[in-house]
Amino acid sequence: MISPIGWIIIWIGVAFDILGAIGLVRFPDVYNRLQASTKCVTLGTFGIMVGIFLLKGFTPMGIKALICGAFLLMTSPVAAHALMKGSLHFGTKLWKGTIVDKYGEDKLGGEQIEKKEG
Amino acid sequence: MRYIIYFIIAFCLWLLLTLSVNLDHVVIGVIVALLGTVVFGGYFTKKPMKFLQLHRLFWIIVYIPVFIWYMLRANIDVAYRVLHPQRPIKPGIVKIKTSLKSDIAKVFLANSITLTPGTMTCEIEDEYLYIHWIWVQTSAMDKASKIIASPFEKYLRRIFE
Repeated sequence: MISPIGWIIIWIGVAFDILGAIGLVRFPDVYNRLQASTKCVTLGTFGIMVGIFLLKGFTPMGIKALICGAFLLMTSPVAAHALMKGSLHFGTKLWKGTIVDKYGEDKLGGEQIEKKEG
Repeated sequence: MRYIIYFIIAFCLWLLLTLSVNLDHVVIGVIVALLGTVVFGGYFTKKPMKFLQLHRLFWIIVYIPVFIWYMLRANIDVAYRVLHPQRPIKPGIVKIKTSLKSDIAKVFLANSITLTPGTMTCEIEDEYLYIHWIWVQTSAMDKASKIIASPFEKYLRRIFE
């Protein structure tokens, strides 16, 4: 009974990983791409790890997978935050459809939004 | 005191990762855990006994399903935006205020916000957080704080403060 559930969770994880990759291509700027990739890839990979744990149970492999999943949940948002702050300080402009930029107003002297063309 | 607890946690983690009680593995584990303690022990929480208070553990156990539920919602939300032909996004960076005081609680709040629907932490500064929001509902600080942070604050306050 556990085994099919494990496989289903693994495949859901893979599906979310693919969605994250599609989002990386479709979204317009660094910040939105980070949103898509961080969320989908974190849950996708976490799902794969939980699936492996369910398939393997309390064996060395299963427990390692579970620990990897926990580490992933803690480190992935931090990495995304570092990338995001880095691009803000580097001066990457936000997409032209962005409607508000409080960070730019407070820290960088004005909204850092791309000019609309035409 | 906190160095000793840090060492014990690091060593237990090592034992879980290797899952063997060979002499070689244990000796290397002790060395690695000592190294980690010397380098990072100073950043560890000042009151490690907090970990052993039962009501905090209880709220951690309550918080995990809540968090996973928000994470699933976040992913379905992003999946919808990715797959929709018109790509319905209205991004922006808003500023919110949190009532949490301790650093560790703020870190967990920021991480939770990053993994939940459409929001991502750019910067923490004292009690203000700058959030990149993929679908800005309001740019007013009070309302945004209520929408983004309040679902987690009540749990995190009980866990960490």
